[in-house]
Amino acid sequence: MIDVLYFAWVRERIGKTKETVETEAETVAGLVKELSERGQRYALAFSDLGSLRVAVDQELLDFDASLKGAREVAFFPPMTGG
Amino acid sequence: MNVRVQTEAFDFGLEANNFATAQTDMGAIVTFLGIVRNLEETNLSYMDIEHYPGMTEKAIYKITDEAANRWSLGDILVIHRYGRLSTDDLIMMVATASKHRKDAFEAAEFLMDYLKSRAPFWKKEATDQSQDWVVSKVEDEAALKKW
Repeated sequence: MIDVLYFAWVRERIGKTKETVETEAETVAGLVKELSERGQRYALAFSDLGSLRVAVDQELLDFDASLKGAREVAFFPPMTGG
Repeated sequence: MNVRVQTEAFDFGLEANNFATAQTDMGAIVTFLGIVRNLEETNLSYMDIEHYPGMTEKAIYKITDEAANRWSLGDILVIHRYGRLSTDDLIMMVATASKHRKDAFEAAEFLMDYLKSRAPFWKKEATDQSQDWVVSKVEDEAALKKW
């Protein structure tokens, strides 16, 4: 069980801030593939990974990062702080 | 090191003064203040800043730790607001203290470059016509390379 969080336009596109997902995926990319199959909103949100960033357990990582032991995965666009 | 992520407004003068007077043996204080500016073509109604509770402070402390490793600093202050802001509202500030100005200036610039694209904040600008997420700039990402 992994908590999946969405922020900014990813949240708006998917229509959720957070959900708990049952997954066997070993990497973030595997999880993205599973989520993309949940319907059009997901497919659209994940259609261009170049415009997305991911954090695993609140640490910025790449899409090939392992999900071993992960409890929280967050998807969001490039950050615009400052 | 002091990092504050908050919705409340802050008093830049007071914060800068408190930061400066709390230092001992530091000859240089550099501050940066970020303000909501109006848009060039349409009037900004408001700006919403979203963040990632739990990760935000951690991500900022990671950046301030890195700055403290690279430069000789007495102290660092970062305040960043989230929630709904209007034109001319203060968004965020950074202050660095060092014995000499070079470290304080460079560290402040490093902090700003990293806060811009490595701290989990997202800005959305609302006008009469539309609400649009601010798109990150290629040059913001490129700015990290010089460090």
